[in-house]
Amino acid sequence: MEYFIQQSINGLTLGSIYGLIAIGYTMVYGIIGMINFAHGDVFMLGAFMAMIVFLALTTFIGGVPVVLALLLMMLVAMLLTGLWSWTIERLAYRPLRGSFRLAPLITAIGMSIALSNFVQVTQGPRNKPIPPLVNGGVTIYGTGITIAYKQMVIVIVTAILLAAFWYLVNRTTLGRAQRSCEQDRKMAALLGIDVDKTISMTFVMGAMLAAVAGTLYLMFYGVISFTDGFTPGVKAFTAAVLGGIGSLPGAVVGGLLIGLIEALWSAYFSIDYKDVAAFSILAIVLIFLPSGILGRPEVEKV
Amino acid sequence: MADIQSSGQDSVYVKAAREAVITGIIAFGLFFLVIGFRTDQNINNELVLAQRWGLLAIFVAVAAIGRFIFAAFITPSREQAKLAKSKVPAAAKIDRRSLKATVSRFGLALLFTYPFVVILILALIQFAVTGQWSFQSGVQGSLKYVDNFGIQILIYVMLAWGLNIVVGLAGLLDLGYVAFYAVGAYSYALLSAHFGLSFWLLLPMAGIFAATWGIVLGFPVLRLRGDYLAIVTLAFGEIIRLVLINWTVVTKGTFGISGIAKATLFGIPFTPGPTGFAAMFGLPNSGVYYKIFLYYLILFLALLTAWVTIRLRRMPIGRAWEALREDEIACRSLGINTTTTKLTAFATGAMFGGFAGSFFAARQGFVSPESFVFLESAIILAIVVLGGMGSLIGIAIAAAVMIGGTELLRELEFLKLIFGNDFTPELYRMLLFGLAMIVVMVWKPRGFVGNREPSAFLHERKMISSEFTKEGHG
Repeated sequence: MEYFIQQSINGLTLGSIYGLIAIGYTMVYGIIGMINFAHGDVFMLGAFMAMIVFLALTTFIGGVPVVLALLLMMLVAMLLTGLWSWTIERLAYRPLRGSFRLAPLITAIGMSIALSNFVQVTQGPRNKPIPPLVNGGVTIYGTGITIAYKQMVIVIVTAILLAAFWYLVNRTTLGRAQRSCEQDRKMAALLGIDVDKTISMTFVMGAMLAAVAGTLYLMFYGVISFTDGFTPGVKAFTAAVLGGIGSLPGAVVGGLLIGLIEALWSAYFSIDYKDVAAFSILAIVLIFLPSGILGRPEVEKV
Repeated sequence: MADIQSSGQDSVYVKAAREAVITGIIAFGLFFLVIGFRTDQNINNELVLAQRWGLLAIFVAVAAIGRFIFAAFITPSREQAKLAKSKVPAAAKIDRRSLKATVSRFGLALLFTYPFVVILILALIQFAVTGQWSFQSGVQGSLKYVDNFGIQILIYVMLAWGLNIVVGLAGLLDLGYVAFYAVGAYSYALLSAHFGLSFWLLLPMAGIFAATWGIVLGFPVLRLRGDYLAIVTLAFGEIIRLVLINWTVVTKGTFGISGIAKATLFGIPFTPGPTGFAAMFGLPNSGVYYKIFLYYLILFLALLTAWVTIRLRRMPIGRAWEALREDEIACRSLGINTTTTKLTAFATGAMFGGFAGSFFAARQGFVSPESFVFLESAIILAIVVLGGMGSLIGIAIAAAVMIGGTELLRELEFLKLIFGNDFTPELYRMLLFGLAMIVVMVWKPRGFVGNREPSAFLHERKMISSEFTKEGHG
């Protein structure tokens, strides 16, 4: 039982990171119906930004308190990754809006290839290890279950961000504009909503969450490489589909589920086949529940 | 009047300058961390920062100047051209059909003679430089061009034509096509290693295996549509690759299978011995014959794919695919069995992937899971879409441009003279490939050949402009 709880905790931390990335996929899909394949690489770029900020802090200033360093890493990574995502949307996706559906998918795949290779060319192909930022953990009294402090950081940061995000989507003008664009873009435009700006902001918000996920990933594993965008990206997308694409709570639930499945499968079955397990469960869920766990069923209009 | 125009001119430049400054600021924000700093490992394997402000300045300047030129010159001239075009009535239209026929005839002739043309050109160059007529040196030098360009491009042409049946004709978005390629390659590698079966026997078997997998994977996803289908096929592609990596007893994992038997010309092996191809035809020993043989083999396989596609389009099943692509509900209302229609599309596409896979294994003599990553599926899909879905010629052009272009980058050794000896053009291959995908797609969203010829028509065949063709969403 202890082992099960320990693995579940590990799974939930991993799942939080997937959930944060999955929100970016699901929001973009909800609003313009496009799979943003470059999102995994945006996440990787965010992690690289955080890594460079960390190095700049230690090189130029010296000992910075860990909390401050983490905050700075997240903030700078969020800002710059958001800017990247805005530029990507402006250059590669907006000109193709209203074109046929596969066109933005192809530019997104091209952007994903270009981004990861851009990072490889500019930062070198090797793994980038950083010293551990947060050490230690607590053991729950009377059991063998330990929770590392860095796991707590991940869960707390994710919870705070999700709360802020929920507020942004449900209680602000921007969020209302987003929800209206999601329901009917033409009607929203007729009612005076700047649709292009709303879509841009959606991309920026998704990228900011991905940047935080990247920072947390870097803090948790202590290493990042230019290829690290693909697998977390695909898994986060899996999470978004699993939860019901277009649904924000669904993305979080899907992320946590994928994290749990992965951790428990590695613990009880085989660590080599953990990705196979995640993908198989995706296929099985989709076959029996085609609109995901929390998604709205697609209604076909003739 | 002149005044107004000049002030209008001025404002264009002022506006362009303003946009250039904004672009410069954005570019600074984008590249400030990633270009301004470089992270390197020191001896203790710790990361250290190196600063590159000069390079950052160049990037920012290029972005700003590029934006200025674009806003000040290119956009106004484009708008003028558009205005001029809208005034002239659309009268002089090229007869596209005869043009297309000429292009395809010329292309076919070039494809059939390509190895010999290369040999001849190289021999002529040799003759011009040294004054000696030596056919043999042309033969040796042609190896690279036949192998790197000819065979490599044709493999992708064949794969893209195979995927075209699934995506272009039936409108089913498949992101895991490389799985069938892998099934074909591994079935040839394993069966020839364990049972010693010949290439000509295993080629159809690889196709059958891949088609079977196409049905097995196609069956559960029948109910899914559009993007769900895309993600499940992607997942299947990844599952097959992960199984190939982890099932080490059979596949030897990431080490791959090496020493795969070569293909033979109906039993005549391409070996240096007395029974080999060279000895039998009294030719000097050389590795070129095998490459030229492989070239014609893949050319034959690719043309087979094209021929089958063209014939199938005229058969009921091909029409059912196209009907499925245009409107699934209407298709079902007219009594077409969508289940078998989808499954046959999956199976036929997968079969050609399997053929290409077994050819790939015979050509490389080595297969490993590294060759079957998602990137390959993405490249093949990109070629199909860039070519204009459904158009065989467009797809062939797209494959030649994208694959040939990136292969060409390997040859640009002279760039070292400009950028210094550390410069390796290969590094930029995939970066440029990705950027080219974006640029081509933004420039021509319908692909190189966007219009379609209808397969069924009343009285006369009319071209369907790309504006009217619908995409698949099934």
